[in-house]
Amino acid sequence: MNVSAIFSLGQTALELGLICSLTVLALYLSYSMLNVCDLSTDGCFTLGAVVGATVAIAGHPYLAILAAMAAGICSGFVTAFLQTRMGVDSLLSGIIVNTALYSINIAIMQGASLLSMNKAETVFTRMKDFLEPTPLAQQYKLVVSVIAVAAVVVFLTFFLNTRLGLSIRATGDNVDMVQASSINPVFTTTVGLCVANAFTGLSGCLLAQSQKSAEINIGSGMVTIALASLLIGRTLVPRGGILVRALGAVLGAFIFRVVYAVALRLDMPAYMLKLVSSVIVVLAISGPYLRRRFPLLMRRIQGARAAGKGGNS
Amino acid sequence: MMLTLSHICKTFYPGTVNEKRVLTDLNLQLASGDFVTIIGSNGAGKSTMFGAICGDFLVDGGSILLDGEDITFQPAHLRARHIGRLFQDPMRGSAPGMTIEENLALAAGGTGPFSRISRKDRDRFRQRLALLGMGLEDRMKQPVGLLSGGQRQALTLLMATMNPPKLLLLDEHTAALDPATAEKVLQLTKEIVREHRITTMMVTHNMQNALELGNRTLMMDGGSIVLDVAGEQRSALTVAELLERFRAGAGKALDNDRILLA
Repeated sequence: MNVSAIFSLGQTALELGLICSLTVLALYLSYSMLNVCDLSTDGCFTLGAVVGATVAIAGHPYLAILAAMAAGICSGFVTAFLQTRMGVDSLLSGIIVNTALYSINIAIMQGASLLSMNKAETVFTRMKDFLEPTPLAQQYKLVVSVIAVAAVVVFLTFFLNTRLGLSIRATGDNVDMVQASSINPVFTTTVGLCVANAFTGLSGCLLAQSQKSAEINIGSGMVTIALASLLIGRTLVPRGGILVRALGAVLGAFIFRVVYAVALRLDMPAYMLKLVSSVIVVLAISGPYLRRRFPLLMRRIQGARAAGKGGNS
Repeated sequence: MMLTLSHICKTFYPGTVNEKRVLTDLNLQLASGDFVTIIGSNGAGKSTMFGAICGDFLVDGGSILLDGEDITFQPAHLRARHIGRLFQDPMRGSAPGMTIEENLALAAGGTGPFSRISRKDRDRFRQRLALLGMGLEDRMKQPVGLLSGGQRQALTLLMATMNPPKLLLLDEHTAALDPATAEKVLQLTKEIVREHRITTMMVTHNMQNALELGNRTLMMDGGSIVLDVAGEQRSALTVAELLERFRAGAGKALDNDRILLA
């Protein structure tokens, strides 16, 4: 592999990692902070992609971003409403919304399963035009991704330290205490899921615009991939404030993409992506559990061995 | 009257084999500034009464008035504006993953949803924490999960009384602590309650505390109040007599295993 190949591989991983890290940041809010595993992420990611694509094709690349985020907020609101007001289990409400979104997404694409933005203007083409005279001209995708991630990280750092943000964090930490502080946990869960899904929608929108196409399966498996990235980030950055851990989540997304890109180079077929991400999630979640169990297991083996020797002599 | 409970009834699992009538025609009036200690055997309905007042569930019958306002059907988080509550479990009152100052900021409330912790807030928190005498004022940036049970319970007490509530409910809040820490937390409770003249109800299994603390002692059994003493009648009462009165009132022996006579 020559130097330029390594460079382009790193760049692709960085762009993809940054765009997908917006979904990782969404899960950072819902999974790490709110303690809700939001399984509507796949559908919401696709929703953001198709809504963004539809609006961009209509000629409004910037409005597309706002529309995708608004669509994400709606999706998050429904998921939250089901689990807080309708007595649906939180995992199940995510799955239900995810399923419903499949139909909605196809409906938005007016029955098609692919929208092409080859002729449409996107935030990326606008940025490319804008950067034309500068040395950054070839890095327009990177610039857009960096701006988006920086904006979301700054927003999260600010938001999670406001009183509302504190109450959202407390909801996942000790819901009794939220209630005792005269704050309705239903409200904090709803706000948290709306904000998280806005980021997921934004993430989907940007990925579709950078690929110049939105298709119905663009978000499939996204929740596992994002969870894998989040957990990699958490392993690398176990401590620290909101900002540090949010940056850890972004780093996790990048590393996940690098590992994936390297695996592709080593002739791993592209369809293995989801298996790899599943394995990473399992390792990251069960790793600490197995590590706790390991000393006990060793003692049992040693005990059995000692007992065996005792029996023979 | 600060708190009026009239004819409160609550039955759990009605119509099943597990049906349990926990509160049966419970009536109680607390004057403003009352500090009431509550004793009673397991299942007497002490915690259920607190649950009814705080809105953990809606009562089957009767009404609850707090400072003249009917809160019988008010949701729990709205009642919490005027009611502070501590549980036996020191872990229940604070968020372990958040720092001391973040916990206090949530409890203090009062500011807009997008306000952040200001230097003024920090100064106020530091002052309040210093009152505990536990050195927590120098650990405000540390997560609450690192604190000991006693420190967490003291912090919860501070959080519950940050904005002095109309009513403070203490459900055996020192029972899970070691004796020295329990004494310390109890002392703090007395000081804070006295300072803000908070109307307080405290469940305890310590008979001595029940008679020494506060100005009034209630005994519950079978979901209602069987003994209510205050004033001279109360100061004349000894622990032995209290147990005797219980047997007479309830018509059965107290389950002694959880009662601390000392």
